[in-house]
Amino acid sequence: MKPVFLIKRFLFLILVIWSAATITFFIPRLSPRNPIRERFVELARMGGFSPADLEQIVASYSQRFGLDKPLYQQYFDYMSAVFRFDFGVSLNKFPKTTVELIMEALPWTIGLLLATTIIAFVLGNLLGAVAAWPKAPNWLRATATPFVLLMGVPPVIMGVLLLFFIGFRLKLLPLGGAYSIGTVPTFTLEFVLDAARHQILPALALILGSVGGWVLSMRGMGVTIQGEDYVTFAEHKGLGPFTIFRDYYLRNALLPQATGLVLALGAVVTNGIVVESIFGLPGVGRVLDQAIRSNDFIVIYGIVLFITIAVATLMVAVELLYPLLDPRIKLD
Amino acid sequence: MPPVLQVRDLQVTYYTDSGRARALDGVSLDLNPGEKLGLVGESGSGKSTMALAMMRMIKPPGRIEGGKVVVGGTDLTALSEEAMRKARLSKIAYIPQGAMNSLNPVIRIGAQMMDAIRAHNPEEPRAEAEERCMRALESVDLKRSVFKMYAHELSGGMKQRVCIAIGILLRPQVIIADEPTSALDVVTQRQVMETIDRIQHELGCAIILIGHDMGLMAQFVDKVAVMYAGRLVEVSRVRDMFTDPKHPYAQALIRSLPSLENKGVFQGIPGLAPSLLRLPSGCAYHPRCQHAMEICSRAVPPLETINGSRQVACHLYVEKDLYAEKA
Ligand SMILES: Nc1ncnc2c1ncn2[C@@H]1O[C@H](COP(=O)(O)OP(=O)(O)O)[C@@H](O)[C@H]1O
Ligand SMILES: [Mg+2]
Repeated sequence: MKPVFLIKRFLFLILVIWSAATITFFIPRLSPRNPIRERFVELARMGGFSPADLEQIVASYSQRFGLDKPLYQQYFDYMSAVFRFDFGVSLNKFPKTTVELIMEALPWTIGLLLATTIIAFVLGNLLGAVAAWPKAPNWLRATATPFVLLMGVPPVIMGVLLLFFIGFRLKLLPLGGAYSIGTVPTFTLEFVLDAARHQILPALALILGSVGGWVLSMRGMGVTIQGEDYVTFAEHKGLGPFTIFRDYYLRNALLPQATGLVLALGAVVTNGIVVESIFGLPGVGRVLDQAIRSNDFIVIYGIVLFITIAVATLMVAVELLYPLLDPRIKLD
Repeated sequence: MPPVLQVRDLQVTYYTDSGRARALDGVSLDLNPGEKLGLVGESGSGKSTMALAMMRMIKPPGRIEGGKVVVGGTDLTALSEEAMRKARLSKIAYIPQGAMNSLNPVIRIGAQMMDAIRAHNPEEPRAEAEERCMRALESVDLKRSVFKMYAHELSGGMKQRVCIAIGILLRPQVIIADEPTSALDVVTQRQVMETIDRIQHELGCAIILIGHDMGLMAQFVDKVAVMYAGRLVEVSRVRDMFTDPKHPYAQALIRSLPSLENKGVFQGIPGLAPSLLRLPSGCAYHPRCQHAMEICSRAVPPLETINGSRQVACHLYVEKDLYAEKA
């Protein structure tokens, strides 16, 4: 791998962060609404303090957030803060910073998304590969069909259906939350099992609908690879069917799927956030959900920025792994 | 010495959308140990089909309809699927047409040799198997370092050599090389043919060289078999074939070879190769044949031995023999 390539990718990441930060800087400022005023008007209405103090409080907060400075100054401050990984202080959960809120929630999100993405990818590609493999038994090849049928169902709908039938009707699994109310997060087997039970439905909501996509693309790829001369030659060599399936057919058919995984990352994060808020999991999705409800624009745009950077970084990271999968690819 | 390869009445049909194509129609052939046979014929005449049928590797829509293939006393057509898998490469090896794409792009050459050995001798110690691969690479004039390389790092000629090296790994009694030189430049073609020739000497195996370059082939084989529309029309020793071809199609093939006399003016064979879906009645070559007789459109001439050493499927010679007997 040449250093030029790494530098190029690094510059690409800087560009992504800069563009995303520029967008998240301007969009809220284009809006005529003043979230700080709205927030305190609400508090005043609930009787927290007298409306007379309102203007003064708003002014002091605006100063605190630098909203009284000229726009270019604000832009410069914002940008340098972003590159110091400072995404501002929450309006709603003051004095917590956006980054603190994200970091508290992140382990839950990473756990759920990593596990479900890997399961869906592995399952979908195996089923798709088998479905296109003429020597596989028919019952095995048919296993992929239900997933293909479920493919169109968005995770939101899937989540609600699962909640209703399995959680509410059959009462087999908890309706929401990351662990049972009243338990304290500790590293005991009991707690881990309880937390795992809470993850099953959200995980299913994310997995069930996404396996089918991998099945379809893998099946198409598999048909092409089977016709390749090197698969035929492997048979001429007298290799066993399992070796041919794994080393000649699957290995090659998987290459384009890795690219597909990179392209799917954005959707993975979006779906994850939706499902987290449906199931009330304490992940980044719920932080975003609460921020939207309380009009906490600092946190909203902080999360948007964070996700953009995270997805871009992941894409570059996966790209760096390509040469391990395909020796023909040289990064330069 | 008994023949190392006996093919008897082999028949293959492709069931295509536009009809049944009889790609191999009752082909019989014997090959002695250490013999080198050239199999020639126009593209589409069924050469690869014959090789694949011997390997029992005809895929749908094709089907082996009948016949027998016996290698070193083993009837391949009677083997179970698993026993046939073991026979491939160890008894009879096929070096595929289009070796350019016959190597897996994502695993190393060495791994593609080792898996072949392990599929047949799982017990063989790793170091021994590796040494065997190295020696196979060396015997096709490749460096040992190729073992660690990937297909995309090799030239066309080197890939072809790797395929040959794989073909000889288990020292099979019969090796079939399907157009081993067709994708190579002229210089590399010669080198690869010389390598095949040397290997054949070293192993003492019988070899079938498929190709349509009669000129190149003539220098390396003992016998030439000419195939036309799924049938063998003549099998003769190479000298006989070039000096005195018997079958009119073989004669046309030899005439069409460039030589000093015709100064490279290409003499094609008049007429078109027949479609396998609508083969002419009788001898499939009769519409293009200068010597066609009345009987040629009625009866398929069988492959008969004439003059003791050569086989020809043509009514010209059957008739002559009959006349000779009467006289
Ligand atoms: N997979 C296939 N499906 C249908 N027909 C085929 C197939 N493979 C070969 N054939 C037919 O069989 C005939 C012989 O083909 P082949 O053995 O490849 O010829 P050669 O190797 O002499 O060029 C051709 O006419 C071709 O049309
Ligand atoms: Mg061919």
